[in-house]
Amino acid sequence: MALVEIRDLRVRFHSTGKEAVRGVDMTIEPGQRLGLVGESGSGKTVTAMALSGLLQRGSAALSGQVLFQGRDVLTCPREELRAIQGPGIGVVFQEPMTSLNPLIRVGCQVEEVLRLHTDLTADQRRERALEAMVQVGLPEPEVTYEKYPHQLSGGQRQRAVIASAMVIHPKLLICDEPTTALDVTVQIQILRLLKSISVRYGVAILLISHDLSVVRRLCESVAVMYRGRIVERGNTEDVFASPQDDYTRRLIAAIPTRKRHE
Amino acid sequence: MRYVLKKTGVLVVTLLLISLLAFLAFQIVPGDPTTKLLGNDYTPERAAALRHAMGLDRNVLVRYWDWLTGFVTGDMGDSYSYGMSVEKVMEGKGAVTAGLSLMAWLLVIAISIPLGITLARWQGGRLDRVFVAMNQVFMAIPPFFLGMLFTYVFGLVLKLFVPGGFVSWRESFWGFLGYLIFPALAIAIPKAAMVTKLLRSNILNEMDRDYVRTAYSRGNSRWGVIRGHVLRNAILPVVTFVAMTLADIVAGSIIVEQVFALPGLGRLLIASIGNRDYPVVQCIVVIIAFIVVFMNYLADVITQTIDPRIRLG
Amino acid sequence: MKLRHNKNFTAGAVITAFMLAVILVGMVWTPYDPNAMNGAAKMAGPSLSHPLGTDNFGRDIFSRVVEGAGATALIAGATVAIGLAAGLVIGGLTGYYGGWLDEIVMRLNDAVAAFPSILLALVLIALFGQGKYNIIIALGVLFVPSFARIVRTEVARQKSLDYVRSARLMGAGDMRVLFRHILPNIVPVLLPSVAIGFNNAVLAEASMSYLGVGVQPPDASLGRMLNEAQGYLLSAPWYALSTGAAIILLVLGFGLLSEGMGGGYGAG
Repeated sequence: MALVEIRDLRVRFHSTGKEAVRGVDMTIEPGQRLGLVGESGSGKTVTAMALSGLLQRGSAALSGQVLFQGRDVLTCPREELRAIQGPGIGVVFQEPMTSLNPLIRVGCQVEEVLRLHTDLTADQRRERALEAMVQVGLPEPEVTYEKYPHQLSGGQRQRAVIASAMVIHPKLLICDEPTTALDVTVQIQILRLLKSISVRYGVAILLISHDLSVVRRLCESVAVMYRGRIVERGNTEDVFASPQDDYTRRLIAAIPTRKRHE
Repeated sequence: MRYVLKKTGVLVVTLLLISLLAFLAFQIVPGDPTTKLLGNDYTPERAAALRHAMGLDRNVLVRYWDWLTGFVTGDMGDSYSYGMSVEKVMEGKGAVTAGLSLMAWLLVIAISIPLGITLARWQGGRLDRVFVAMNQVFMAIPPFFLGMLFTYVFGLVLKLFVPGGFVSWRESFWGFLGYLIFPALAIAIPKAAMVTKLLRSNILNEMDRDYVRTAYSRGNSRWGVIRGHVLRNAILPVVTFVAMTLADIVAGSIIVEQVFALPGLGRLLIASIGNRDYPVVQCIVVIIAFIVVFMNYLADVITQTIDPRIRLG
Repeated sequence: MKLRHNKNFTAGAVITAFMLAVILVGMVWTPYDPNAMNGAAKMAGPSLSHPLGTDNFGRDIFSRVVEGAGATALIAGATVAIGLAAGLVIGGLTGYYGGWLDEIVMRLNDAVAAFPSILLALVLIALFGQGKYNIIIALGVLFVPSFARIVRTEVARQKSLDYVRSARLMGAGDMRVLFRHILPNIVPVLLPSVAIGFNNAVLAEASMSYLGVGVQPPDASLGRMLNEAQGYLLSAPWYALSTGAAIILLVLGFGLLSEGMGGGYGAG
C-alpha cells in the first residue's frame, strides 16, 4: 500500500476566495523521496500543509481525499489526526529562525514529540533527543540541549528542527523549502543530512522547493506544480533530460548554468 | 546582572530626584507655613522666632537633607493641623492602603490570567463573544462608581457588608479582609478587564507564529499548544504590565478609600490637601511615588530576568 | 478583524453623537433649571415629569446630569486642548530638530508618564488650590508629555519621507514644512490618542471632583454630583446610577471610537 495517496485534492481559501489547489493526485511510496517543485503561489506548500493536517479547517474549504496509510487526514477525527502528526508525518519548515519556540530550551523542543506520543521516561527521552542531535550533526549535544534557539546559528537551528521531527522516526518527513533561508554550504550539508536520514531509517521525504537543483540533489522523483495542478511528474533525471511540459522547460532554463551541470 | 545594577543605580537617583522635587515644590509654592501656624497670633517677630525654631531659616538643601534622613529613619516631621508628628498621623493608615492595594492587585491577577487564557482557548465561543462585547464597558467604569454600585447592591440591598463598618486588622484580621473585598473588587475589575484583553490578544497574536505551526505538526492539541508553547511567550509583556498596574491600583485606592470610608493614606491625603497640611501631603506623595517608581523598576528587572533572549544575550 | 473594528467605531460614533447632542441641547435648553429647588418634590423617583427623579433639594436630576456632563466634557475638552497644543509644539520641535533638548524632554516625559495621572493632579491641586480652572490647568499640564511623545515619534518618522524632502526642495522653510506639511499627516495617528486622552481627563476630573478637590459648588460636574449622590444611595439610588451612567457613556463612546480607529487602550 502506498504511504500517501492524494486524490483530487482541492483547496479554496475563504479569505481570498482563491482556489489554491485545483485537483492534485499524488502518491508517495514508503521510503520514497519526492520533490514537489513550482513557483511561489503554485499550491505546493498548501498541498503539503493539507497532507500534514495543518490547514486550519476553518480557513479553507478542502475536498478530495488525502490518505495517509489508508486513513483520510481531511475527515478523520482530531485525535486520530494528532496521532499521525509526529510519529506518522514530521514537518521541517522553511524558517529555522522562527519555527523554534524562542523561550523553550532546544533539547525540550527536540524531545517534545516523544513526550506527546510515547511512554518513555524523561531520562529515556533525553537519551533519544541527544542521539538525534548527534545524528543531525549538532555540536556538543549535551550543551546544545540546554541552549535557547537564539544561541544557535541558522544552520544549527535547522538541524535542531530536523532532529525534533526525526527523533521519533516518522514514516514521512515533509520538508518545506528546508534550505532556502540558509547559505549555500549549509544548504548542501542539510540536504546530505536529509538524504542519509531517509536512507538509514527508510523515511519517505516530500521536499517542497522552488529550486529544481535542490530537488535533484535529494529526490529520485519529482512532480512539477503550476497554478494548483501537477503538470509533470516522473523520475528526476528523466524530467531533467527531457521535460515534457513547457513550464518545466522554463523552470529548468531558469537554473543558472553552472548549477545545472554540477 | 550588569543591567540590574545599572537599573538599580537609576532607581536610587530617580528616588532622590523625586523626593527633592517634592520637597522643593512644597517648600516654595505654598508660601510661609508660619502664617497658618500662628493664625491670629501672627506678628513678624513671632514668625521669625518660629521660623528659626523650625529651622526654616537654613539653606534649603540642608533642610532637604535633614528631611530626607528623617524620612528614611521614620522621623517625618510635624503635621500642621493634627498637632502631632506625621508618622503618628499616618500610623495604621499605611496598612489599610497597602492591604487594599495588594488585595486588588492579587484579584486582578486571579481574575485576568485564567480568564484571558480561557477566552483565548475557546476563541469565538459564547464566553469570548460576551467578553469582547462587554470589555469596553468594564474598562469605562470608574472604580469609585463601581464602588458605589457595590455599596448599594451588596451593602444596602443584599446586606453582605455594612458600609462604613470598617474593622481594623488589629481587632479582627478576617473582618478586615472581609471588609476590603468589595473595595478591592471595585479597583480590580476595570484593571482586570484591561489585563484580560491584553493577555487574550497576546495569545491570539502568538497563535499565528511559525513555532506554533511547528508545535501543531508534532501532534499538539490547541490547548497543548497554548499551555506548552504560546503562554510563556504571550505572558511576558503581561507580567510587565501587571507589575506596573500596581502603581495605578495604589492611585485608584486613594479614591476608593473615600467611597468605603476606609481610614487609609488616601483619605488622609485628601483631608490634608483640604487642610493645606503640607508635611503630611508631602510624605504621602513621596511614599506613593516611591512605590510607583519601585514597581516600575521591578517590572523592568522581571522582564529582563525571565526572558532568556535578554538574560543570555 | 476589520469588521470588529468597524463595529466598534460605529457603536462609538452612535454613543458619542448621542451624548454630544444631549450636551449641546442642554446648553440652550433643559427640562428644568438644573439649580431650581422644589421643596414639594424632594427625592422623587423617576416619573414622567422627572425622567431620572429628583435629588435632596428637589432639583431635576436629568437636567443636572445634562449640565454636569456638559461641564465635565468641557473640562476634559479644554484639558485635551491644552495638552494637545503644547504637545504639538514641543513634540513637533523636538522631533524635527532632535538634539539635547529632545533628550531632556523625553527623559522628563518618561518620569512623568510613569506616574498615575491622578496622583500628580492631586499634587498640583495641593500646590495651586482647588477649583475648575486649576483642574483644567493641572490636568492639561499632565497631558502634555504623552501627546509630545506621540507627536515627536511621528514627526521624526515623517521628516525623512519623500514628500517632506520635495517640500524642502521647493524651498519651504522649517516651520512651514513642520506645521503645513508634516502635522496634517500625523492627524490619523493622533486621533485615537486624543480620544483616550479625553477619557482619561473625564475620569480624572470625575475622580477629583468626587473627592471634593476639583470642581467646587455651585458649579456642576458629574464627579461633584456623584459625591452628593453617595449620601442618598439608599433613599435615591437613581441619582448615583444616572450620574454614573452618564460618565460611563461618555467614556465608552470615545473608548470605542479609539478602538475602532485602531488605537486601543494603552496606545496613548
